[in-house]
Amino acid sequence: MQNKYNLEGPQGTKPRKRLSGTNIMLYGTLLVVAFYYLLPLYVMVTTSLKGMPEIRAGNIFDLPVDITFEPWVKAWSTACTGLNCDGLSRGFWNSVSILVPSVALSIAIASVNGYALANWKFKGSEVFFTILIFGAFIPYQVMLYPIVILLREVGLMGSLWGLVVVHTIFGMPILTLLFRNYFTSLPDELFKAARVDGAGFWGIYFQVMLPMSLPIFVVAMIIQVTGIWNDFLFGVIYTKPDIYPMTVQLNNIVNSVQGVKEYNVNMAATLLTGLVPLIIYFASGKLFVRGIAAGAVKG
Amino acid sequence: MTSTSSVSIKHLDLSFGAVEVLKDLNLEIANGEFLVLLGASGCGKSTLLNCIAGLLDVTGGQIHIKGENVTWAEPSERGIGMVFQSYALYPQMSVEGNLSFGLKNAKLPKDEIKKRVQRAAEVLQMEDLLKRKPAALSGGQRQRVAIGRALVRDVDVFLFDEPLSNLDAKLRADLRVEIKRLHQQLHNTMIYVTHDQVEAMTLADRIAIMKDGLIQQLASPSEIYNKPANKYVADFIGSPSMNFFLGAVNTDGAPTFETAGQTIPLTGYEFVSSPAAGNAWMGIRPEHIVVGEAAEASDFKIDTSVEIVEPMGSDTVVWCEVMGERIRIRIDGQSSVEPGDTLRIGFDAARLSLFEKTTESRI
Ligand SMILES: Nc1ncnc2c1ncn2[C@@H]1O[C@H](COP(=O)(O)OP(=O)(O)OP(=O)(O)O)[C@@H](O)[C@H]1O
Ligand SMILES: [Mg+2]
Repeated sequence: MQNKYNLEGPQGTKPRKRLSGTNIMLYGTLLVVAFYYLLPLYVMVTTSLKGMPEIRAGNIFDLPVDITFEPWVKAWSTACTGLNCDGLSRGFWNSVSILVPSVALSIAIASVNGYALANWKFKGSEVFFTILIFGAFIPYQVMLYPIVILLREVGLMGSLWGLVVVHTIFGMPILTLLFRNYFTSLPDELFKAARVDGAGFWGIYFQVMLPMSLPIFVVAMIIQVTGIWNDFLFGVIYTKPDIYPMTVQLNNIVNSVQGVKEYNVNMAATLLTGLVPLIIYFASGKLFVRGIAAGAVKG
Repeated sequence: MTSTSSVSIKHLDLSFGAVEVLKDLNLEIANGEFLVLLGASGCGKSTLLNCIAGLLDVTGGQIHIKGENVTWAEPSERGIGMVFQSYALYPQMSVEGNLSFGLKNAKLPKDEIKKRVQRAAEVLQMEDLLKRKPAALSGGQRQRVAIGRALVRDVDVFLFDEPLSNLDAKLRADLRVEIKRLHQQLHNTMIYVTHDQVEAMTLADRIAIMKDGLIQQLASPSEIYNKPANKYVADFIGSPSMNFFLGAVNTDGAPTFETAGQTIPLTGYEFVSSPAAGNAWMGIRPEHIVVGEAAEASDFKIDTSVEIVEPMGSDTVVWCEVMGERIRIRIDGQSSVEPGDTLRIGFDAARLSLFEKTTESRI
């Protein structure tokens, strides 16, 4: 670079060494960790694309010689899951019909909760909030059986809506906390201005707060979608076989004791089940990070 | 009484839990008056404004607006408009949306809303901004929208909570004039909170100086400046602030003030009641101390030596030590004074302020 002003000594941008010790350590560690996490995925993908003879040959790290999508088709439509043999497709649609109402309901309720707790301080609101947060720390196992009794009493045991209610309730503490913190971080004067402008509880919620809260709704959605989609325990306990969610069916396929173990089908089935959270993640990864930061620092 | 007063606050108490912020506060604000609330940070100005607006539930007392008891009324029912320090514009709505939000909530007919928004936009000169979002506006424009939002509601009382403190000095001066013009145009009652003395002095019909939730003095700007009710007010108003000397009033014969061996004649000083002897503070504003020929003609004159000189362009502040106190003197910006110079200064008894030593109230 031309020294325009005849200055001596250090000047301008400080040069950075690319191959410094720190950098080698940093990238080395990152590479090892990435490898550690990607290897199983690699094995799963390649295995799911192999035929059984290739698998029996035993080289699990080899790339498939004859690529076949047969295992994927079988996993989706004909694999046997206990009683019926129509693959994971049934479980997929069961999961979708559990997921959509659960996510919608839990987010709708939690956001209103959070908004009320943040902006409409009522008598005992702090106590209410504390109790709710405490709920997040009670282990699930303690509540499993009482909920069975409760659901039986109201006639929802074994039904899809029973499971929706369970998911909604269990999502409540963490989601309410998330929304309350987000709404608290929004400027207080905005809420006051809306009150002076004559907007009521719902008016402020829908017209002032909601339009400002897209990032936190995305965060809540990701948390709920992944959580509910990956749920196994509640699904197996509170529903019946014909409305088992996908995770339960996956388990039934993988752990079926009849016949040979079809590793390729199992791998394909597992990948299929994991696909939904994965897609949600990639689709909204940016918003997710932004939403977390928005909730933590400032609106 | 209530027929002419626009806002009247009676025995207002407000506490946050155990913290008493406002204590038995009484205030009568006349129709069309511009009242400025001035006070140090944390003295309860915003709290008082929020009480008037109905954004805080009062602990005790009453608030009347336009003769109506609104102590329990919703903010929107009180006939007030409020402008916030942080503008508090709805970020997802256009300027037009911001202006019309309150009107829509009040369920006004569409053409009436349009008319009012149009008129507010004209008054505030922002007709071409109506379609923009707040993020696309400058600070001054945002504040104008915030004022406009109060304007469209056609209210009797405007509440401003430090509306200009987020703006730079130049813009602040511009908008200050605009607010004054607005008041002259609309003749609304305005209650205006500020930290800024200049804003207070230039805008107010009356200023209320607050300290710890109590109103120290409520009077016109000139009275507050010339006859501060106590030492706190005297110290708070004026920049640079007033010089104080501790001494004693002597009433043997003509009243005098004695400090550090000097006797200052008080003939010409307007005592609140008949002069009484006793320890007291004597205050004199830097701009009321004169030099040169004027000093010779003053009631009291003395020689000092200059310590520090701060030229500010239009005037110069000189620091020197007199009668055991370090004082500030404001003199013409063109006079040439150097540190170490001997300066003859003087002041008139009529310009003084005397405060009783313990109660610190004016005597
Ligand atoms: N929600 C609250 N809970 C407890 N104390 C509060 C609350 N809000 C305000 N206070 C206290 O009340 C006092 C007055 O606050 P206020 O906001 O009215 O001050 P202010 O005069 O407007 O100050 P500033 O000029 O800094 O805006 C302060 O001491 C503050 O700490
Ligand atoms: Mg304030």
